[in-house]
Amino acid sequence: MKLPAVLVLSISTAALLLLGLWVGYNVNVLPIAASSNAPTYDALFKALFSIGTVLFLGILILLVYSLVAFRRRPGDVGDGLAIEGNLPLEIVWTAIPAVVVLFVGLYSYDIYERMGGMAPMHDHSTMLAMASESSATSSSAAIPAKVWAGIGVGVDASNVETAALPVDVTAMQFAFIFHYPNADITSGELHVPVGQPVELHMEARDVIHAFWVPQFRLKQDVIPGQPTVLSFTATRAGTYPIVCAELCGPYHGGMRSNVVVHEPEAYQSWLAQNTPAPTTT
Amino acid sequence: MTLANPSELAQSHPGNLQPEGWLRYFSFSLDHKVIGIQYLVCGFIFYLIGGALAGVIRTELASPMADFVSRETYNEVLTLHGTVMIFLWIVPVVNGGFGNYLIPFYVGARDMAFPRLNAVAFWLIPPAGILLISSYFLAGAAAQSGWTAYPPLSLTTPAAGQVVWILSVLLLGGSSIFGGINFIATILKLRRPGLGLMQMPMYCWAMLGTSILVVLSTPVLAGTLIMLSFDIIAHTGFFNPALGGNVVVYQHLFWFYSHPAVYIMVLPAFGLVSEILPVHARKPLFGYVTMVYSIMAIVVLGLIVWAHHMFTSGTPPWMRLFFTIATSFIAVPTGIKFFNWLATLWGGKIALNSAMLFACAFIVNFVFGGITGVALAQVPFDIHVHDTYFVVGHFHYIVYGGTVFVVFASLYHWYPKFTGRLLNEDLGRLHFLLTFIGFNLCFAPQHWLGLNGMPRRVAEYDPSFTTLNQVSSVGALLMAISTIPLLINVVLTAFKGDIAGDNPWNALTPEWLTSSPPPVENWLGEAPLVTEPYGYGHTPDKEPSNPSVNQVA
Repeated sequence: MKLPAVLVLSISTAALLLLGLWVGYNVNVLPIAASSNAPTYDALFKALFSIGTVLFLGILILLVYSLVAFRRRPGDVGDGLAIEGNLPLEIVWTAIPAVVVLFVGLYSYDIYERMGGMAPMHDHSTMLAMASESSATSSSAAIPAKVWAGIGVGVDASNVETAALPVDVTAMQFAFIFHYPNADITSGELHVPVGQPVELHMEARDVIHAFWVPQFRLKQDVIPGQPTVLSFTATRAGTYPIVCAELCGPYHGGMRSNVVVHEPEAYQSWLAQNTPAPTTT
Repeated sequence: MTLANPSELAQSHPGNLQPEGWLRYFSFSLDHKVIGIQYLVCGFIFYLIGGALAGVIRTELASPMADFVSRETYNEVLTLHGTVMIFLWIVPVVNGGFGNYLIPFYVGARDMAFPRLNAVAFWLIPPAGILLISSYFLAGAAAQSGWTAYPPLSLTTPAAGQVVWILSVLLLGGSSIFGGINFIATILKLRRPGLGLMQMPMYCWAMLGTSILVVLSTPVLAGTLIMLSFDIIAHTGFFNPALGGNVVVYQHLFWFYSHPAVYIMVLPAFGLVSEILPVHARKPLFGYVTMVYSIMAIVVLGLIVWAHHMFTSGTPPWMRLFFTIATSFIAVPTGIKFFNWLATLWGGKIALNSAMLFACAFIVNFVFGGITGVALAQVPFDIHVHDTYFVVGHFHYIVYGGTVFVVFASLYHWYPKFTGRLLNEDLGRLHFLLTFIGFNLCFAPQHWLGLNGMPRRVAEYDPSFTTLNQVSSVGALLMAISTIPLLINVVLTAFKGDIAGDNPWNALTPEWLTSSPPPVENWLGEAPLVTEPYGYGHTPDKEPSNPSVNQVA
């Protein structure tokens, strides 16, 4: 018995959608998620992975089916059907990608906002200027021309009372140097506590570098002459690699460091151990 | 615009002063077909050089240590690999090579609009290429700052190599602009009387769109590189932060050319595929009009998406958002083209020969690269994978899986026209199989590597990535091996291949309505008027019953 074409088409489309969803949400290709931003990123990734799987497999199946079903039989020298177009069909496959792209765009805007990407820069710069002052209000007149770009400002509104931990990052060929202005610690590794927002004020000394922690899903170029800012909140204790992601010279591949995420008590003891004793001279 | 009488042309044409036989391929020939072949062969030689450089990269990356070449050499190799493959292989071959050979046929002309400019455009390429390669030996050190040459790195690496690199790219950019002007003039002004714009084969539209991009964006790259060379030679401070310059401005200017450059590499491939699929599927190209509009939409959108290469750079939030949306929307016209190609195949009588295998694999590869491309366009997604092997995998799916596969498809399709002989099908299928498996083995694992923490342009990496890097290197080795059956095929069949005849594929486009290889002036008599280049499946009456229909020009 031959099934009606509509039925076959809808069943196979449904199967394809389910397969895409299953692949997107069950095939894990990402590293550990260790920042508050990472689960948000992973949600976007899974959605895109699902949509991509459906589209790719759908087109692949259509192509392979066409090549098999419409193969030229031996001895056949005739032409195929003289179909030059079909406007309603073409409108449909203009509209479907347009809707998908619009959805993806809006969704990733939402994700970007949740990651703090749309927070106005001056919020942050005010904090930079006023150092420890916790006032969240700022006027637009306070925009200093200095900070150019960043991400993750005001990641989590519920954490406003938790002051962000400022760290100055200097990138140079071929190392990152982390300076804690509040404690006057300088370190080759970044040490941060779980749960507290961290704000990196980054500037490069020579060429462009990029600060990347794959487990945080965050990256920001570190640019000479143009300070950039990156905020994140670590959520999982452990040691993760800091990778330079912008070609910076012969030892670019070796320009790596670690971010050590401590439990709050362990962080305090690290802080105590490394804070230089008050100078007596 | 009038069609010159062939006998008049023969008198005024300096063709009789030109060498005959094989020597003309080494001469300053004005024949568009000779120039086309010159582009193709020259490009293929640089493909082999660029491939050898890729071999060095993949050998280095077969182990996590930087142990095969020195770190400086590694950066030189990756810089040269990118520059050679883009500026000396893909851009010249899909534009200059097939464009010069096919466009005059497609518009019913006997040559390009400016034959001397055409020859100049080609002859800029070999010296520029030799200059670039020789900088490794002559200047002491070749450029080491990647094909992007971002300052301040490009200002601090050895200056001689960087300046030679700039000079070479300027020459190649000049060649590209000359070619672009020539194509625009030929397509718009040399069409045979009676041939409307909407009757041209699709490759003409692709080349028109591409040439508009070339002419609009390449001068920006030229200006930028001249400023960069001033920073290096004369110690000006355009891009030098130590002198108050701005490094991010360079990135904007660079990508204003270099993103359209992706379309300069890909749109001609779209055009070539649109020629190949209908012939071997025996069906008209589906949705001609929407295909034309989507090419033009890609041209317009292609000019306003450049900053998606700079999402992690000094890029403010509003700009990140704008370029996310603009980039995502390029998927719409591109998607139309792919659905139309699938519809072209649907209900056809498909001959799955080597040309079709490569053309269909192009669809698979490019759809994959397009999907990762839409993902990369999303700022939050990109912030994690920017400048990683995910991006390396993505753009090789676009430029190799996309364009290079189409170059091979086109070679199998048009080789009978170039030489009068058919390429061997068995060797062709072997070539396809090795290329397809090698390519996917090489570049698919790189997406995972990038997601999990391997940045691009590194000579050393975390040892946990070793296995997949070795898989990738094996794939690269297969790709290298795949050129052997291709080379044997091209050389052997040039002398011993089956005679193709004028029109071995029973195609309808005008280049097949003449002898193989065609005479100097393309047709012995008057140029044929082909108003239905994809009229497959119609009744045998191929003469247009009403030539005034659709006449635009």
